[in-house]
Amino acid sequence: MQALVFYAFSAIAIGSAVVLVSMQNMARALFLFFIVLFSVAGLYVFALADFVAITQILIYVGGVLVLMLFAFMLSNKTLLDQLQRGTSHFFALPVWQALLISACFLAILVYASLQLGTFQPAWMVAAEAAGTTIGPADSTVNHIGIHLMTRYLLPFEVVSILLMMALVGAAHLTRKEANP
Amino acid sequence: MITLTHFLIVGACLFSIGLYAVMARRNAIMVLVGIELMINAAVLNLVAFGRYDSEHYGGQAFALFAIVLAAASVAVALAIILNVYRHYKTINPEDINHLKD
Repeated sequence: MQALVFYAFSAIAIGSAVVLVSMQNMARALFLFFIVLFSVAGLYVFALADFVAITQILIYVGGVLVLMLFAFMLSNKTLLDQLQRGTSHFFALPVWQALLISACFLAILVYASLQLGTFQPAWMVAAEAAGTTIGPADSTVNHIGIHLMTRYLLPFEVVSILLMMALVGAAHLTRKEANP
Repeated sequence: MITLTHFLIVGACLFSIGLYAVMARRNAIMVLVGIELMINAAVLNLVAFGRYDSEHYGGQAFALFAIVLAAASVAVALAIILNVYRHYKTINPEDINHLKD
């Protein structure tokens, strides 16, 4: 039953991601991105990270996606331009080459993941032997809160400063031009 | 039983799809969506490996940091895209080929 729900979530995530990248209509593509984010949040729950899943829904669906929809609606003219095909440059390869590169990358990644099933890293084996894996009954929010305020305090503060810099920078970039 | 390999393969698929979007799409916002897909795949891997670490919760804590950084980068990137659109009247990455007007 658990595995069935997991497969359903992964199928929804991968399927809508595939449709997303091959879709010409960008508004629909953005709403498909919504579905991908929700199902990836479901996958986080299966990895016993409920707080990360909630954060994903709050930040991505509540913040990032709304921002993207705004940017899409403010640059709407590109819907018409998208049907035109230009010459190839490095940044936007012709489609079949991009497909080939991603397929090769996928093959390498899947091969490496399958290797992991037989050769587990030593720290994972040690953690399983010592019983220090996260169980379904652990309260992750509690532990994450304690660790954020003790062990990971420095990264936490650095991230907060970076967020403030990004906020100021974004506001600076989008301001109206003052009179020269 | 859902093993680590299942998560890694789903993450690999999402990463490759994001890579394809970055290389093939001719729209800056879709390129950004591709980058977000790749970040999501990386966060999925972090969370899946973090299940084996109940002492420090490193995977989940850094997954949170990665999500926050992705949100910040999206804000800045969308500001840049809007500026580029205001200047060039297009957001096709192929047409944006001047450093200065």
